[in-house]
Amino acid sequence: METSTSNIKTYTMSEKPEGYEGAGFFATSLDKVVGLARKNSIWPLPFATSCCGIEFMATMGAHYDLARFGSERLSFSPRQADLLMVMGTIAKKMGPILRQVYEQMAEPRWVLSVGACASSGGIFDTYSVLQGIDRIIPVDVYVPGCPPRPEQIIDGVMKIQHLVETESLRRRDSAEYKAMLNKYGIE
Amino acid sequence: MEVTEQERLVAILKERYDDQVEKVETIQEFLTITLKKENIADIIQYLYHHPETKFQFLTTLFAVHYPDLNQIAIVYQLHNLVSNQRLRLKVYLPIENPTIKTLTTVFAGANWMERETYDFFGVNFEGHPDLRRILNVEDMIIFPLRKEYPLEDQTREDKSDKMFGR
Repeated sequence: METSTSNIKTYTMSEKPEGYEGAGFFATSLDKVVGLARKNSIWPLPFATSCCGIEFMATMGAHYDLARFGSERLSFSPRQADLLMVMGTIAKKMGPILRQVYEQMAEPRWVLSVGACASSGGIFDTYSVLQGIDRIIPVDVYVPGCPPRPEQIIDGVMKIQHLVETESLRRRDSAEYKAMLNKYGIE
Repeated sequence: MEVTEQERLVAILKERYDDQVEKVETIQEFLTITLKKENIADIIQYLYHHPETKFQFLTTLFAVHYPDLNQIAIVYQLHNLVSNQRLRLKVYLPIENPTIKTLTTVFAGANWMERETYDFFGVNFEGHPDLRRILNVEDMIIFPLRKEYPLEDQTREDKSDKMFGR
């Protein structure tokens, strides 16, 4: 029987950025190299307070396996974390704590808001619940759902990866970025 | 005629505090006695030590706001662990100045329950060792479970009354 090799597809862990290639060298911009490196080694800090946290546990598990995206190393210290994943209802009393965790993270840092509660307060439209974490910290990507399925959380992480990959190295020094942080009262 | 447990209990209470009893009723077989507010701690102390009642366990302590009556009711639920008898005591306070004597002199466990009641209803427990908010944020200026305050967060702009029935 004839064997066909045309159906075999090669997969790569990450795509090579645009650049010039020759024998023994590859030249591209520093932005792209740093973006490539950062994108595939995002250390998330899980800030899980309720059921979305359970979905996150499934996302980290063997079946969905966030390690495939270079994010298997959870950082429970904000100092070493790149991505703050807020999953669950944030009560007003928890607000200052979340804000402190965000402030303790080193730049560059990203925030993923998972689920309806973190994004908007969700069904808890009440006096004790923060109506969306974007009232106290800036958010990069929102994942809707109550709770979202692991696929959706992975999609959110991939959106973050895209932001990380394409971010300009000077963005965090820009006046716009500082003005945005000042809007939240963060230095 | 045989005297029931509940009738005997009311008789013991009236023996000493007849002038304090305002109303005796049985709601779903649960004896509920409405009392005047002045001697509530003494009455519970009396029921704690009396050999026939021995209400030595405070199941719960909470408040109910009655906007129609303009009153806040403090509800004490007591349990006799020997005879498995239960008792509910109710005290009505005016909404303008809801003040009542603390129960921490009888039950140390009333401490946090009274703090919670203060937190949500603004009831002032005289003689409480540490009366401050326990669950809500410290800088909250309202007493959220009083019915004059809306349940929803008032800072939301994306929810219109038309769509969400607020």
